[in-house]
Amino acid sequence: MSTKIILSSDGLPLEKSLKKAERKNKIRALLLVAPLFFFILIIFVFPLVDMLFKSVDNRMITEMLPNTFTALEKWDGKELPGEDVYEAFYNDFYPLAKDKKSGKLFQRLNYEKSGFSSGLKKTNKLILNFEKENYKEQFINAHEIWNNQDYWLAIKNSSSKWSYSKYLKGIDLELDQQKKIVQVEEEKSIHVLLWLRTLKVAFWVTVCCFFLSYPIAYLLATLPMKYSNILMICVLLPFWTSLLVRTSSWMIMLQQEGPINNTLVWLGLFTNENKPELMHNMVGTFVTMSQILLPFMVLPLYSVMKNIPSSLMKAGKSLGGTPFMSFMKIYFPLTIPGIGAGCLLVFILAIGYYITPALVGGASGTLISNVIAYHMKYSLDWAFASALGTMLLVGVLTIYWIYHKLVGIDNIRLG
Amino acid sequence: MAKENFVRFENVDKSYDGKVLVVKGLNLNIKEGEFVTMLGPSGSGKTTCLMMLAGFETPTNGEIYIDNQAISNVPPHKRGIGMVFQNYALFPHMTVYENLAFPLRVRKIPKDDIDKKIDKALSMVSLQGYQARMPMQLSGGQQQRVAVARSLVFDPKLVLMDEPLGALDKNLRENMQYEIKHIHENIGVTVVYVTHDQTEALTMSNRIAVFNDGKIQQLSTPNELYEEPMNSFVAKFIGENNTFKGEVTELADGKCKVKLSSGEEILSNPIFVKSKGQKTTISLRPERAIIDSRTPMDNNYKGIIEEIIYHGDHTRLRVNLLRNKEFILKVPNISSDMKIKIGKEINVGWNSVDCRALDPK
Repeated sequence: MSTKIILSSDGLPLEKSLKKAERKNKIRALLLVAPLFFFILIIFVFPLVDMLFKSVDNRMITEMLPNTFTALEKWDGKELPGEDVYEAFYNDFYPLAKDKKSGKLFQRLNYEKSGFSSGLKKTNKLILNFEKENYKEQFINAHEIWNNQDYWLAIKNSSSKWSYSKYLKGIDLELDQQKKIVQVEEEKSIHVLLWLRTLKVAFWVTVCCFFLSYPIAYLLATLPMKYSNILMICVLLPFWTSLLVRTSSWMIMLQQEGPINNTLVWLGLFTNENKPELMHNMVGTFVTMSQILLPFMVLPLYSVMKNIPSSLMKAGKSLGGTPFMSFMKIYFPLTIPGIGAGCLLVFILAIGYYITPALVGGASGTLISNVIAYHMKYSLDWAFASALGTMLLVGVLTIYWIYHKLVGIDNIRLG
Repeated sequence: MAKENFVRFENVDKSYDGKVLVVKGLNLNIKEGEFVTMLGPSGSGKTTCLMMLAGFETPTNGEIYIDNQAISNVPPHKRGIGMVFQNYALFPHMTVYENLAFPLRVRKIPKDDIDKKIDKALSMVSLQGYQARMPMQLSGGQQQRVAVARSLVFDPKLVLMDEPLGALDKNLRENMQYEIKHIHENIGVTVVYVTHDQTEALTMSNRIAVFNDGKIQQLSTPNELYEEPMNSFVAKFIGENNTFKGEVTELADGKCKVKLSSGEEILSNPIFVKSKGQKTTISLRPERAIIDSRTPMDNNYKGIIEEIIYHGDHTRLRVNLLRNKEFILKVPNISSDMKIKIGKEINVGWNSVDCRALDPK
């Protein structure tokens, strides 16, 4: 093999002059991409990283109570801690109380164990008048929680800077006082149920969308232009309507006195007294989500079907295949890239659906996203919301990966 | 013993929209083992006829028979007709083997026989060893061969080909023409072939049906079609053609005199004309008109060379003759000593037999 360097006519090595010639184009391409790149970086990547960070970040409390944690290190946890711990806690807590900065601490410690909030609030007022000795006694007098070693254990358990306890909570597990992973009490374990419900709804919505979309997409792809355009508008019109509007119109349709129930009564299938509950339960979530996500299935299927020449089915038939056999052996396998894309899209969207279940789902129809929203807006446990969000993200990526292993990602076609 | 009326179209009409007839009262008989080409411009109804035969379109009226069985109510997959499509229609997700095995598997033929039949079919199109390839990995010509092999692999009695060579380049197309022709000769299958390419039709077919306007204009062997076109459409559509318009002034002894608007009279062969005074179009093949003929000719006129077009094996002259500026002459290039020059006056002569008085269209 000769490794002679090929020169271009001006004497420079060919590779170099090629790079030189292409440089301008490359710079231009980079400049064109740059705005979107920065936009995504700021709007998408940073928040995502921040979310991951928040879900494991425990530094707020370690920064607020540095002395306490140091003192607690030596404590074995079998009985109430000694005077030194109380003193250290006083040294940490007094400045916070004085500067009125202790609010976050109440909230944070209350996630760890309920009862902290009220105890700390009371202590917060009294601590300003504490004398500089006998801290233990004064604390115990201030509130009974300081007489309970469980609360001290809870503080000790939150001493690490990074913590994965939020993730455990997301699947109804927790660390007990011996730092062992255990199941939370029965009445508190709702997250696993919600995860399963979310997966179930997403799965059935996907299946339902698939069976509804396939014939529509087939018609769209095979009808003459003037009819298929009208049909296409019928598919896209809801797509262009606001999600909220569509969901609320479903609320009108599905309500107790709504058109669907009235029709069922009119048909004599139900009496006026025991009309079926169509809303504020799984049925509502299911029906509404299927309708809303339908275009995401129709469009990839349509774009794939549009590219299947009609002569293939004709060839199948002329070669002796019955219409059904030709469909199964020829048409259907060729639509798999569209099916894959559609199912993946619908499933991933359904898994993270929020507004629709919130409005028509009721208590039995809420999904994991509603819990995330609850922790973001009401309980303000952002760390837990972040942990749930991260789990959702990992779940979606896992599904994507499984799909890649089974079908191959290059087998996706969106249009 | 080959059956005389293997495929029979009987008064077949076809309309798509209820307003226009695409095929009008078509009658056509095809012998067993024959290679019949449907030739015509696009929109002439030839493909529609093929699709009706294959079962993808139903005749609006009339009936089609294969082997004396009416087939209107037989669905395409039960007709047992092989078909080659314009864009090959190979199944892109199957290998060559699977493509060829499809018609055999649906017929529940045992695996050993399938392998044998596929080997045979592939060797017929000289593609042995290509079983494992995907259609996308093949060149256009190879895909075409696979399509042909697939249409033959289940031993159909009848094979339909819908402009199968349209997408190939010129050289490949010519090779494939011969190949398909040889396959037809070797296995004796009946072929109905649709094309708009007249050379293809002339080189391959036993008989050609020229379609125009939903009707068969002429059905005859290639040489008959070329030498003896029955009407001016066929004369114009097949090969090159010089025309003169005029009126019949005399009709006797199998010859007629046609008076042109310029006043000259041409002695011609009355094909369409039946009486004096009829309007007619005279058709004359360029190679039948001879410059400075040594033997006496029925018609002799002087013309001026307007344009010289070099074609390699021959030279084409555009001559202004009898006020027709588009009169074409073909001169073999061996007689290059004739000193052809633009503006030169030459003597052009032809016999009345070769100059056919057809319908005035």
